[in-house]
Amino acid sequence: MAEELYELDENLPVNPVESLLRMDRMPHIWCPGCGIGTTVNCFAQALESSGLDLRKTAIVSGIGCTGRVAGYLNLDSFHTTHGRAIPFATGLKLANPELKVVVYSGDGDLSAIGGNHFIHAARRNMDVTVILINNSTYGMTGGQVAPTTPMTAVASTTPYGNFESAFNLPALAESCGAVYVARWTAFHVRHTTKAIKEALLKKGFSFVEILAPCPTLYSRRNKLGDGLAQMVYYRENSEIRHGADTKDVALEFQGKIIVGKFVDRVRPTFGEAMDRYLRERLGADYLPATAGGA
Amino acid sequence: MAEEKKKKAAGSVVITVERCKGCGFCVEFCPPHALKLSDQYNVKGYHPPALISREMCNGCNMCGMLCPDFAIYGFLQNKKSGKGSDRER
Repeated sequence: MAEELYELDENLPVNPVESLLRMDRMPHIWCPGCGIGTTVNCFAQALESSGLDLRKTAIVSGIGCTGRVAGYLNLDSFHTTHGRAIPFATGLKLANPELKVVVYSGDGDLSAIGGNHFIHAARRNMDVTVILINNSTYGMTGGQVAPTTPMTAVASTTPYGNFESAFNLPALAESCGAVYVARWTAFHVRHTTKAIKEALLKKGFSFVEILAPCPTLYSRRNKLGDGLAQMVYYRENSEIRHGADTKDVALEFQGKIIVGKFVDRVRPTFGEAMDRYLRERLGADYLPATAGGA
Repeated sequence: MAEEKKKKAAGSVVITVERCKGCGFCVEFCPPHALKLSDQYNVKGYHPPALISREMCNGCNMCGMLCPDFAIYGFLQNKKSGKGSDRER
């Protein structure tokens, strides 16, 4: 068996995800059992099957464990300041409306430090795809309580358990105006891939929340076992409910997880609204940046 | 190919042993349960996965989708190309 394990054969097929990764930066920093790498597989496959021009696709991340994704993907990528992934993405999209801009970051980055940017990008219906990896804690900085940490969960800053209500991110995104809202877990790889593909092809602010295990900080402090145990929990406690009212999908500590595609609607994007309004207002004097607008 | 013969789809996996961190996702969630954690260690000290038997693998690539370390990849074996795509070659 040992010889077989270490045998290398150049004729063997190469892992297809490698063409989208910067393999010189591997191995990555994520812990054993972390679910972020799994979501990267889903993203890579969704991107390939979406048929988008990779030379016109940009990925923007903030700071944190998930923020490293931009550095590992072999696309035009932008590793920005903490919480400011969406403002950078907005600027990128407005300056070059031809680009498909994807924000790939964590819950702490997008919903806490960057919470304001998140709600305003959704309100404006900025044409960006936001993929939020929710591991329920601040992984990179040491497991502090995050706005997504469920009630009663132990974090390094809440040794007796968390007493703050957690954000219900799908409800937040929907109420602010996102046109596509879905939630899956790192266990649901096929569903996640499909959701990311739909989000990438959707015009407007599309939002996919993916729950992922954080075995080193969140699971360990809460005595939930390793990453695999958390994935088994996702398998056994997830309920697929497409079109569910996002008010009913709040997460509880080790409770039932409602997953599915919750919102898929059409609203004018920021660029379309700007073009339409200014064309009415200014007539022939208005020169739009591109035919389609941002 | 499936229409020609009523055989199960034959697949195999490619494992980049040194990239594995032994999380066990591939072993736990392999639909035909064709994988196990090996007794061997890689240089980082983790147990990488290994196929229990090649007949069990159906090449669905669920292991590849789940692997957070891009260390395993399942593929359908093309019998016409002979042993070129066979990992035991």
